[in-house]
Amino acid sequence: MNDIATTAGNTHPMISMTGVEKWYGAFQALKDINISVAKGEKIVLCGPSGSGKSTLIRCINHLETYQKGEIRVSGTVLGHQAKTIDAVRREVGMVFQQFNLFPHLTVLENCMLAPLRALKLSRQEAEGRARQLLERVKIAEQADKYPAQLSGGQQQRVAIARALCMRPQVMLFDEPTSALDPEMVKEVLDTMIGLAEEGMTMICVTHEMGFARQVADRVIFMASGAVVEEAPPAEFFSNPKHERTRKFLGEILGH
Amino acid sequence: MNYTLDFTPVIEGLPSLLTACLGTFTLAICGMLLATVIGIGGVVLRQSKIAPLRWLVIVFVELIRNTPFLVQIFFIYFALPLTGIRLDPTPTAIIALGINGGAYAIEIIRGGVQSISKGQMEAGLALGLHKGQVFRLIILKPALRAIFPSLTSQFVLLTLTTSIASAISAYELTSVSQRIESDSFRSFEVYFTVTIFYLVISWLMMRLFALFSARYFAYPVK
Amino acid sequence: MGRDEFLFLLIGLKWTVALSAIGFVCGCLAGLVIALLRTSGMRPIERATAGYIALFQGTPLLMQLFVVYYGLALIGIKMDAWAAVAVGLTLHASAYLGEIWRGGIEAVPRGQTEASKALALSYSSRMKDVLLPQALRISLPATIGFLVQLIKGTSLASIVGFTELTRAGNIISNQIFQPLTVFGIVGMLYFIMCCPLTIYGAYLERKFAASAR
Repeated sequence: MNDIATTAGNTHPMISMTGVEKWYGAFQALKDINISVAKGEKIVLCGPSGSGKSTLIRCINHLETYQKGEIRVSGTVLGHQAKTIDAVRREVGMVFQQFNLFPHLTVLENCMLAPLRALKLSRQEAEGRARQLLERVKIAEQADKYPAQLSGGQQQRVAIARALCMRPQVMLFDEPTSALDPEMVKEVLDTMIGLAEEGMTMICVTHEMGFARQVADRVIFMASGAVVEEAPPAEFFSNPKHERTRKFLGEILGH
Repeated sequence: MNYTLDFTPVIEGLPSLLTACLGTFTLAICGMLLATVIGIGGVVLRQSKIAPLRWLVIVFVELIRNTPFLVQIFFIYFALPLTGIRLDPTPTAIIALGINGGAYAIEIIRGGVQSISKGQMEAGLALGLHKGQVFRLIILKPALRAIFPSLTSQFVLLTLTTSIASAISAYELTSVSQRIESDSFRSFEVYFTVTIFYLVISWLMMRLFALFSARYFAYPVK
Repeated sequence: MGRDEFLFLLIGLKWTVALSAIGFVCGCLAGLVIALLRTSGMRPIERATAGYIALFQGTPLLMQLFVVYYGLALIGIKMDAWAAVAVGLTLHASAYLGEIWRGGIEAVPRGQTEASKALALSYSSRMKDVLLPQALRISLPATIGFLVQLIKGTSLASIVGFTELTRAGNIISNQIFQPLTVFGIVGMLYFIMCCPLTIYGAYLERKFAASAR
């Protein structure tokens, strides 16, 4: 199922952020962010709460605005006009901490809504896609239930399928397992690992360090709105360079 | 007092009273539909980026909520012809009811929209839907569900308010009962009976809303 | 519109204020009784008051005024139109305020009742000193909202034939043939009375909502 990562020209990085800065009034939330993500690359973003990691990925699909710098998504400059923003959002899937499934629509309808309305697919095509992807996150038998009838883990897998129905080139995960009961974390992580193995470009904000070790090409550590350190996971975990990174890892890994 | 109650004129007038109930229903249902349209449209304008549009909605809502319906219906009754629109009392009453109910509906529906978590809006936007699509397809239904009980009582009140349309002689229950009363002078008997009619009508309206709610908002929530 | 016409409207306004005040004050007293009966814990009495409330909330105020107006005459009580309207508005207000305050009483946490029972407070002390002060505070925004409703409701007295603000407007309008000017001014006079109350009610609601957090 390689249709998810469509073949695009490899000349551009999938995502590039250059000199991105963001303020909330006087408070600077992002400081001079320069990140480039190649096609098929998997990035794990971590850092203490309030470090700006969620804000950063939310800038990529323009859920947050930024005041300085430039963000390109597969070569397109993400301007502030509605047209380019919509175009980018169709290419970038996002999974939220709180799932954000639509309560009044069934699982199947949740998955079909955007393909029907934003991509203008036919009903048949949208339904085919939705069923296929629900199958893939192993939840096809729940297609006609409503979100409130599912467990948290099931809801988050539906949310992943819903995002994949747009056939995005990039997937953003904003703490996808933080709101889950511990016994449900694995099913969601397994789904994400499967997606990574198929070559999806992914940026994940998460504290699941096991997941980072297993799938990340690079781990980026942020603190106080700035990128402090980035390294391949092996190096990041065994030989962190900055004091802040060491302190964070000590706290999160409990040693 | 040796007054004896005499319901004969009421019984004789029963057919015309019952038909007049249809008039009341027509006013109420059409008024509610118009109020809903104004309510939803008003909420959209109230969230507009253009400040004067937002102010316009606020002024409209406060003007309507802080003046009596009777004064509003007189004003509209006399104002419409000046704008070149000549309407019968019944459509005039529907417009007045819709405008009045719409102002309340704006405030109620706005409360519902605000009760929907920001994440719903973000999830819709992240999927590439426009703001308008997000409002229409994602926000509106859960928002209406959240405030449906308040909307129901507001619309039952609108149903009862149709009686004031008798002031401009629209065709409905109160104006017909006034005619029977002035023909028979059995004031208490007529108005007592009609009061019971209204009680049944408002009960029916509540049932109607409950049925609608059970069908339209059937999805489960936690 | 001349000075005399405007003065005539102001006389009407005076009666609107008087009717509203009488209806509200008497309605508050009667409404308190209704609210206490509605929460008395005695099933038949609770049922009866619930029926009373449903009757007034399920029928138009205009019909209530008609029935009271002609009903009082029927049982031999001769009254001026304004007094009959005042009685009608009082009954109307008692039902609505009774329901609002019932909600307030029921919104006071159960522990308050239990604590005051444990302190051996009598029913009257429990209500007067513990429950009602809290319940009325909770219901204050809704109570003010109803007062606005009542002020606007007094306009229906004009249909019964009593010359308050709206009927004064009708009379002037028929004299000078400028209905839009007259009803515009009449509307503004109501607005000046109601709007400060609405704003105050909304302010209280926000304040309570903030302190509940």
